[in-house]
Amino acid sequence: MDTAQEEATTLTEPKKTVNVSGSVALLEGLIAEGTDTIFGYPGGAIMPIYDALYDYKDKLKHILVRHEQGGTHAGQGYARTSGKVGVVFGTSGPGATNLVTGLADAQIDSTPMVCITGQVYAHLLGTDAFQETDVINITTPVTKWNYQITDATEIPGVLAKAFYIARSGRPGPVLIDITKNAQLQMFDYEGYTPCDHVRSYRPKPLIRKEYIEQAAELINSAKKPFILFGQGVSLGNAEQEFKTFVEKSGIPAAWTILGAGAISTDHPLNVGMLGMHGNYGPNVQTNACDVLIAVGMRFDDRVTGRLDKYAKQAKVIHLDIDPAEIDKNVKADVPVWGDCKETLPLLTALIEEKQHTEWLAEFRAFDKTEQETVIQKELNPGTGEMTMGEVINQLNELTKGEAVIVTDVGQHQMVACRYAKFNHTRSNITSGGLGTMGFGLPAAIGAKFGAPDRTVVAVIGDGGFQMTLQELGTIMQSGIDVKIMILNNRFLGMVRQWQQLFHDKRYSFVDIASPDFVKLADSYYIAGRKISERDDLVSALTDMLNHKGSYLLEVMVAQEHNVFPMVPQGSSVSEIRLK
Amino acid sequence: MSNSQDIELNGKQEFTITAYTENQIGILNRIAIIFSRRKINIESLNTSPSEIEHIHRFNIVIHETEEVVRKLCRQIEKQVEVLKVYYNTNEDIIWQELALYKVPTDIVAERAPVERLLRAFGARAVVIRKDYTVFEATGHREETDKLIEVLQPYGLIEFVRSARVAIIKDSEGFNAKLREFERREPGQEVIENEFLDKEKNVFSM
Repeated sequence: MDTAQEEATTLTEPKKTVNVSGSVALLEGLIAEGTDTIFGYPGGAIMPIYDALYDYKDKLKHILVRHEQGGTHAGQGYARTSGKVGVVFGTSGPGATNLVTGLADAQIDSTPMVCITGQVYAHLLGTDAFQETDVINITTPVTKWNYQITDATEIPGVLAKAFYIARSGRPGPVLIDITKNAQLQMFDYEGYTPCDHVRSYRPKPLIRKEYIEQAAELINSAKKPFILFGQGVSLGNAEQEFKTFVEKSGIPAAWTILGAGAISTDHPLNVGMLGMHGNYGPNVQTNACDVLIAVGMRFDDRVTGRLDKYAKQAKVIHLDIDPAEIDKNVKADVPVWGDCKETLPLLTALIEEKQHTEWLAEFRAFDKTEQETVIQKELNPGTGEMTMGEVINQLNELTKGEAVIVTDVGQHQMVACRYAKFNHTRSNITSGGLGTMGFGLPAAIGAKFGAPDRTVVAVIGDGGFQMTLQELGTIMQSGIDVKIMILNNRFLGMVRQWQQLFHDKRYSFVDIASPDFVKLADSYYIAGRKISERDDLVSALTDMLNHKGSYLLEVMVAQEHNVFPMVPQGSSVSEIRLK
Repeated sequence: MSNSQDIELNGKQEFTITAYTENQIGILNRIAIIFSRRKINIESLNTSPSEIEHIHRFNIVIHETEEVVRKLCRQIEKQVEVLKVYYNTNEDIIWQELALYKVPTDIVAERAPVERLLRAFGARAVVIRKDYTVFEATGHREETDKLIEVLQPYGLIEFVRSARVAIIKDSEGFNAKLREFERREPGQEVIENEFLDKEKNVFSM
């Protein structure tokens, strides 16, 4: 329809309006955006929205979390498995400040979320009113965008903008703060129009053919090319495009922890994990390759180690949707700005079909060394205390790479990322950039809501579990099926490992006591079991996976066991230690 | 002052950042925290409506290396409500600061050198009252600073200086660019690529 026609229609048939409250307009907008699940917690300043929600119970599922932080992590888990925007409600003041950790996590890991907070009446703003906090200023550094609404008529437009910003370009969290008067205010609602343009915002940089050509030239002439991929591949829904690119180019590809699963772990060109606790070959070969092709990753310091000794010999091709990532940490020789769903096929078209057999064999040789010195012992220790690795390995045997693995943060996280098998994308849900302990349990709840047909296993340490264990209440009440596996080493293991290696074994406050986790689960009517013998492992994992409904399995693992390989902080990736 | 002289041993020099933004509450904070999170001091900050309605123009002066300035500019331009960011060295811009000086009228009236000095600095009187007179001068920091020194012996009562406002020598202005932004689909000119625009003197992303 052209503009003239559109205008004519508008003139002859004025838009029908309904008189509704701001709260109703908000819920209508959420439904229009395809929201089906909200994670939230009510309170004084958001009460009008909750009152309206009472009449929308059939259209919007609200999950009552036990803490707003849990709400944000659940929103993240939901977004990460479903690819949709996570929606979180919280009240003003403490409700809003409790969102900050989850927002920061979502910001650094590019997770699309829309958080709605209630706010005191507009006329009370700035007066230190009850439960008033300046949430806009508090959340500015940890949101992609935020906005305060004081008038109900703004609600549909701002909500549309929020969803558009959260999910487009490089995704991220958005917060809308709505004063109580705006939630209550009646206005003439004209219906919801989704947003597809914000003047000052360019979600995708323009693709330049010249750079695609230059990148292809470099790739075609490379003897030892190496691909690094991150979450950008799955955020861009470009898994297929990426696989085609990798297979045609024949280039070995390694992943960041958020990139895990974008191509399956078993793919012959998938050479493993990058970074501090990544695999031996990918780290060493970073400093041996001649062309480094980074796809949708941001050269985090946990991936690069010491920057001035990182891939200095290589020409760097960097594909990213966010121009601010180019040259931020590693200088790019060829910056391929754009959405990798669009740039990868253009690049694939120009590259020659190749097999880098000898180069790939080098990776295999490193892999063999790592298998012999680290992995075999970790996965099949045979005697002594159980290792985290063998637990994950047994889990792989039973789930066959089909499960969604949600982890918390610490040693178990690195072990799970290293050894878990992923056949599918959007299967490894972990807090990468922020390293948020307490992420695991609530994120698993969200992950299950985002992928209800898949098995969701939360792998959590004894420390992290105690940060957000109140979310067992959410699991109980919502009746969802989440398998919780606590790997208990009676220590804050990762910190202990550093204290052992770099602080003369001065174990400063890492010795953590735990409650009886199985009893705790039982008090929430969640079945559970604790094992400490290797002989029980397979049966216990089988019981957990076969159990109808949620289940908590506590596995006692070796107390002082270290995650290796390791690139010590301040070292180059090629100085990776195997022990 | 030549650029090479201006660059100190640590590679830092004065840069003037020009940002075009929507006129939105909170955008000042969003921009300011990009500097403060890296512990970079903003030497001078001016924000005011631009020649285009609803669009504001920021001038921010910082002392940094070009590499850091470029990263900062990209992070600023990444903000949803920022349309465009440029950065320039002092050689690339024409800039001014405005200074006001309040001095006792009797001294100014009685002493001949004061009048001569003011003339030399191109200052003009804005207000003349029985008790005090306010002069105004525009110029670079060193120039307006110098006049403080000169007026100090004559009982300078109060002094204030504005932030820097700067015009980019090679800029073609923002009117044409804005039309590109208003289009739904980005045109060729919307996101330039600095790697391709090396021949251009104006840095642009």
